[in-house]
Amino acid sequence: MKSAGFTTRWLPILLLVPQLSIIAIFFYWPAIYAMQSSFYLQDPFGFGSTFVGLENYSSLLSSSEYMKVTRFTVVFTALVTFFSLALALLLAVKADNVLRGAKTYRTLLMWVYAVAPPVAGFIGVMMFNQSWGPLTELARSIGWDFKLGVNFNDTASAMILVSVWKQVPVNFIFFLSGLQSIPKSVREAALIDNRSSFGRFWDVTFPLLAPTGFFLLIINITYSLFDTFGVIDTMVKGEPGNNPMTLVYKVYVDGFRGNDLGGSSAQSVILMVLVLALTIFQFRLVERRIHYT
Amino acid sequence: MARVHLETIRKIYPNGFEAVTPTSFDIPDGEFVVLVGPSGCGKSTLLRMIAGLEDITEGTLSIGDRVVNGVDPADRDIAMVFQNYALYPHMTVRRNIAYGLQNRKIDKATIEQKVQEAATMLNLTEYLDRKPAQLSGGQRQRVAMGRAIVRDPALFLFDEPLSNLDAKLRNQMRIEIKALQRRLGVTSIYVTHDQVEAMTMADRIIVMNGGKVEQIGTPHEVYHNPASTFVASFMGAPPMNLLEARFEDGMVRINGGTPVMPAPAARTGNVTLGIRPEDVRIDDAGDIPFHVDLVEELGAHRLLHGQLGDQTFSIHAMKDEPAPQGATRLSLIPDNICLFDSETGKRI
Ligand SMILES: Nc1ncnc2c1ncn2[C@@H]1O[C@H](COP(=O)(O)OP(=O)(O)O)[C@@H](O)[C@H]1O
Ligand SMILES: [Mg+2]
Repeated sequence: MKSAGFTTRWLPILLLVPQLSIIAIFFYWPAIYAMQSSFYLQDPFGFGSTFVGLENYSSLLSSSEYMKVTRFTVVFTALVTFFSLALALLLAVKADNVLRGAKTYRTLLMWVYAVAPPVAGFIGVMMFNQSWGPLTELARSIGWDFKLGVNFNDTASAMILVSVWKQVPVNFIFFLSGLQSIPKSVREAALIDNRSSFGRFWDVTFPLLAPTGFFLLIINITYSLFDTFGVIDTMVKGEPGNNPMTLVYKVYVDGFRGNDLGGSSAQSVILMVLVLALTIFQFRLVERRIHYT
Repeated sequence: MARVHLETIRKIYPNGFEAVTPTSFDIPDGEFVVLVGPSGCGKSTLLRMIAGLEDITEGTLSIGDRVVNGVDPADRDIAMVFQNYALYPHMTVRRNIAYGLQNRKIDKATIEQKVQEAATMLNLTEYLDRKPAQLSGGQRQRVAMGRAIVRDPALFLFDEPLSNLDAKLRNQMRIEIKALQRRLGVTSIYVTHDQVEAMTMADRIIVMNGGKVEQIGTPHEVYHNPASTFVASFMGAPPMNLLEARFEDGMVRINGGTPVMPAPAARTGNVTLGIRPEDVRIDDAGDIPFHVDLVEELGAHRLLHGQLGDQTFSIHAMKDEPAPQGATRLSLIPDNICLFDSETGKRI
């Protein structure tokens, strides 16, 4: 392919400036600022700050509160990722079997994806409304006195449920297209070779879906860690109290509710490192991504 | 090994399209049958119904003594070779070949022995630990064959297994498949759109067109005694020459009056005359004028293409026979002429 070049050196730079400045202003500057302020102790009323070195970090690591949030985040991430992937895979396999209906199915589930996280959270809150939420009533009917925003475990279950509900469609689309890219004749060969549909799934379909699965695993971990903020915020309504929260939400709570900018910055730096690690891992994976054919 | 019997088998796809009209035939034990016809005529549909990959809309299918209409593909005792090989990309060659046996509760030692035997037979021994992506097209084709062979099925099904290979490899694999089938004696149904494959491999050919069987016969019968103008023009390269002719005064006349043979009892009107290019001679004393436009040199023989009256016509000439350009004369071998109804195209 022939590529057209610019005649002056300044034009391409000029054209890049808007995008670069957005990245600089909204990503790099806050990141650098966060790194910097993670070494300072901020006066709660905003009248100056003192350099404290790594003290913000060490107090985080020795804080039992922070460890509790970390543990919850790990459990939350594991459960949301597992159920989002498992449910989506189940639905995709079913949808794939009734190929003809797949189109409407796909569109229907995509709608859920189009719902913004706070809206999903809000709908979730309504579903779990203390006096008339259908899911609360369902829980009651099996003898579970569901108290959203009051009981830790109840709130955690609701958060997980709504987060999973939100993520299933996108996983479904990926799994379905993964399934549909398995050549028809390969499935037919398996149909002749193995009479058990369960066996065919584990021996042929599942391994061929593995590249899609790995990719989705990373996406879902990232989602559970970071993109569930809106859902959590609606559920706990900014009243952390005894409620469960994830590391990302704690950054917000400590920084904006507790006015502990230094500690909050240290937490976000830790999360930045986590994102970096995940990103590197994902790139490695994409590079090494097994290409059959 | 088994006999296969189709009784008025019919296929109507869910969209209402009738891909196979009611079709009946019988394949004796050990026979190699080739289903041939143009693309879209329903060959794969018919084969896939036999494999169980497609529901049979109407009719009865038996393999051996068993009616298998409702039987799962895995329980029909068949093995199939697909056009794009359909190997499992994530499994080694060894596992690809063994997979069908592993699911049939056969002990490990027997499986290993069968895989080795098949690999030796197909020259695959040194590739057993590779993945399909690391093999050439011809080698993948062999793995697909190996997968079928180890199963020792009652019936082999092939759906255009050679059409993804280059011409040279195709000729070689054609011979190998045929030899292998002879040796194993397994009843086989082979689908192709290539009439050369059909002619060279088949014990019997089934010619299909538009979802219907046009003719069933040995390669010799189908070539020399085509049942319709469709078969006449589909089989053979170049195809049989078809000329518009008339019954007149007890003779078949072409080219506005030249008599070529006596008419069958009491027929009048139009008729289509068919004659193979090799049943025509350049003959200065012949009474049919012919104009040669183009000579195709093929080494051992030549093809002379031109005009007979206002119709196109081709002649086959051996390398030491004359191959004139321009105006010349012909004679036909009357015994080898086939007559077809000019309306229905059926043989008279
Ligand atoms: N699933 C299907 N639904 C509807 N029509 C089909 C389907 N599969 C094949 N056909 C049609 O049936 C006809 C025969 O197809 P096929 O058996 O694949 O032909 P061939 O193998 O001889 O090329 C074609 O016209 C094709 O378009
Ligand atoms: Mg076909």
